[in-house]
Amino acid sequence: MLSYLQSYLGGDALTPGQAGNQLWALIYILVIFAGVSVVVMAMNWIERKALAHMQVRLGPMRVGPHGLLQPIADALKLMLKEDIIPARADSFVFWIAPLIGLLSAFTVYIVIPFGPTQAVTDMNIGILFMLGVSSLSVLGVVMAGWASNSNYPLIGALRSSAQMVSYEVAMGLAVVSAVLMTSVGGIGMYDVAGDGIGTLSMIGIVQAQQAQHVWFLFKFFPLGLIAFFIFAVAMIAETNRAPFDLPEAESELTAGFHTEYSGLRWSLFMLAEYAAMVAVSSIAVTLWLGGWLRPFPNALAGPTWDFIFSLFPGLTFLALGAIGMFGFVRMPAHPFFRVQKLGLGGFAAVLALIGVLLLAIPFAARGHEGTILAGFAAGLSAVYWFIAKVAVFMYLYIWYRATFPRYRFDQLMSVGWKVLLPIALAVLIATAAVGVLIPVIQVWFKGRAG
Amino acid sequence: MTDPTTTLSRNPLDLDESRTFLDANELVINMGPQHPATHGVLRVILKLDGEKVLGTECVIGYLHRGVEKIAENRTYTMFNPYVDRMDYVAAVSNALGYCEAVEKLLNVEAPPRARYIRSILTELNRIASHQLWLGTHALDIGAMTPLFYTFRDREEILKIFEKYCGARLTTHAFRIGGCQYETYDGFEKDVLNFLQFVAPKIDEYEELLTTNRIWVERTKNIGVISAKDCIALGVTGPVLRASGVKWDLRKAQPYAAYKDFDFEIPIGQNGDTYDRYIVRMAEMRQSLRIIRQAVDAIPEGPIMAKVPKVIKPAVGEIYHSIEAPKGELGYFIVSDGSTQPYRVRVRPPSFVNLQALDLMVRGALVADVIAVIGTLDIVLGEVDR
Repeated sequence: MLSYLQSYLGGDALTPGQAGNQLWALIYILVIFAGVSVVVMAMNWIERKALAHMQVRLGPMRVGPHGLLQPIADALKLMLKEDIIPARADSFVFWIAPLIGLLSAFTVYIVIPFGPTQAVTDMNIGILFMLGVSSLSVLGVVMAGWASNSNYPLIGALRSSAQMVSYEVAMGLAVVSAVLMTSVGGIGMYDVAGDGIGTLSMIGIVQAQQAQHVWFLFKFFPLGLIAFFIFAVAMIAETNRAPFDLPEAESELTAGFHTEYSGLRWSLFMLAEYAAMVAVSSIAVTLWLGGWLRPFPNALAGPTWDFIFSLFPGLTFLALGAIGMFGFVRMPAHPFFRVQKLGLGGFAAVLALIGVLLLAIPFAARGHEGTILAGFAAGLSAVYWFIAKVAVFMYLYIWYRATFPRYRFDQLMSVGWKVLLPIALAVLIATAAVGVLIPVIQVWFKGRAG
Repeated sequence: MTDPTTTLSRNPLDLDESRTFLDANELVINMGPQHPATHGVLRVILKLDGEKVLGTECVIGYLHRGVEKIAENRTYTMFNPYVDRMDYVAAVSNALGYCEAVEKLLNVEAPPRARYIRSILTELNRIASHQLWLGTHALDIGAMTPLFYTFRDREEILKIFEKYCGARLTTHAFRIGGCQYETYDGFEKDVLNFLQFVAPKIDEYEELLTTNRIWVERTKNIGVISAKDCIALGVTGPVLRASGVKWDLRKAQPYAAYKDFDFEIPIGQNGDTYDRYIVRMAEMRQSLRIIRQAVDAIPEGPIMAKVPKVIKPAVGEIYHSIEAPKGELGYFIVSDGSTQPYRVRVRPPSFVNLQALDLMVRGALVADVIAVIGTLDIVLGEVDR
């Protein structure tokens, strides 16, 4: 432990962007904390808007153009609200419960690699650390339900603890099968060439996918796909989102474990929930979807392709700016909307400006390989692809919420234990078996040919 | 005596304060009157063992306005708008039942055109009521989206009501002896347009739910009630029909213009929540069928029968019931020969159907209580009156 800490503090402290470097670790912690908070706010708006449009309504429209300032208004409102601690609640536990939830949600980000060097630290047991820390969040939920000293929160907390614990098992097994894939060194979907790197490090897992020229989603098709699917289901249950939102089942338990919470404390629970959503999606992306790797990093290799793919961040922002401009043009010309219209126009212009800047970077860095600017451009591209993949998951979360009814508690448990767990076990065993058998078959074929 | 419900009803709030509730195996929780899934102000006391329901007790009366007592101090005509306030999502049915009961008492009959208009509006209202039921029921089970779809489409019905009589919910559309208003220009066209509009929408609701795995798991074999129990408890409407009893007052003792229409009575077999869902969906389609026939065959003629200015029925009593969207809605009116009824007793379907709740949820889980309250389709305005 001590030597680990020493190794962490030492090293070349001035190389920018090196995972494990303490200066950059500090910077990344700040960036992640601010970034995740902003993402949660943006997610709040996007979820309400996307959900509304799926449900033939408009969603927030009043605060700011198209309700863009709604999250800020909500945050202000929550901060100004009275902070109620029920008279018969255990006030200390009641006070600390949301913090534990928040802490566990944010701690997971330590091991998430946003790029090849863009991570707080590269732990050699990264995925294990993530499983351990994210399962602590159940503690916050149980404590909240217990300390409220009220029936509905208690039932919510009991449900939640049972649910999170049982889905963690399937989740862990799915993760193990992905880790197993890092230990086969072959190239392509079915190739096994001796020992791979065999790592638990999050960065190592992505590097293994690059080395094997395949996302683990497609490795040993369909085994990787099934493992990914199990993880995707378990992660929704783990974050208590629809259709597994039983702990906070609105129509049954009013609000489940946070029924008695109000104001800022309640918003901490929400922050933790959304942060956890982003965190587990990041893990799914890292394990199965190639993390920060752009599409086809090997098939379409070379500086030209690198350059083309590094244009995407700028183009995305330009597209967002264009959407904003479209809304700006469509807004009525009535003087009543003038401020809103200007606001939306300004917002779109800022987005477009960011897009232009992001486009300028790869152009400026082109032909200057090895410079800091080129490194920055490469990092930008990596982080962009990572975020883009996570964004798909976030959209799926919203989509599920609009589509599915809620599972009943016992059905949820039976899905977890009777469906997901056996499949996860079978996939794990099959992955191991395939990894062992393929070389045998190859040798056998060669023997026949020779 | 091991039946937990019996103990429960003897002492409904048996929560020993000297122990924390965690020491006790049984947990008594209070669902409502302010709860998102009790459809208004129903209060259900639940006795739970973990998540399992040992027994329930409904506490009603939070919305009691004394509608029946009010009737005794109003003339027959003045009481007419009050009935709209009972089942406020199916106000037209309420008014139809009351007007026909008084007409029976007076021995007058509404002219054919009025009866057709009444049938059309009542069936439109049945669709609106079922749409509201579907949306809230699905929301209770966790599917948010159908709520907005059904409210979008229900709006079209309310628009027709508004154009016809100026009101959307509590319509006061009918008068004793017929209808107050002649249909507006383009009424038939509006109704036919609506039929064309809503038929694919009903398919759309079904697409979201009928084969949805989670929906089926949440509703199949939940809140099962046998035909025998239904009849013993007096449960009527779609709940009874889902248990396999082919009983619909529109066929059994036709009123308004229902004798002239060709339609089927959809029934279920298992008497579970899923069957009730299927039955109500089929009923919406049958309603569309009835409306189409009614609009095609609507006769010309007067819309009011000859009714005296001051309604003063002879001494006597009458019971008249109709098939409201939720079940048998009956009015028992006693006249003492004056301008005001001596007594009006309403037989509200929601009130009677709610009695089946305990039977249907005993031994089930908390989540099923919500599903069953939804599937019974109660309206507290009608339960409490």
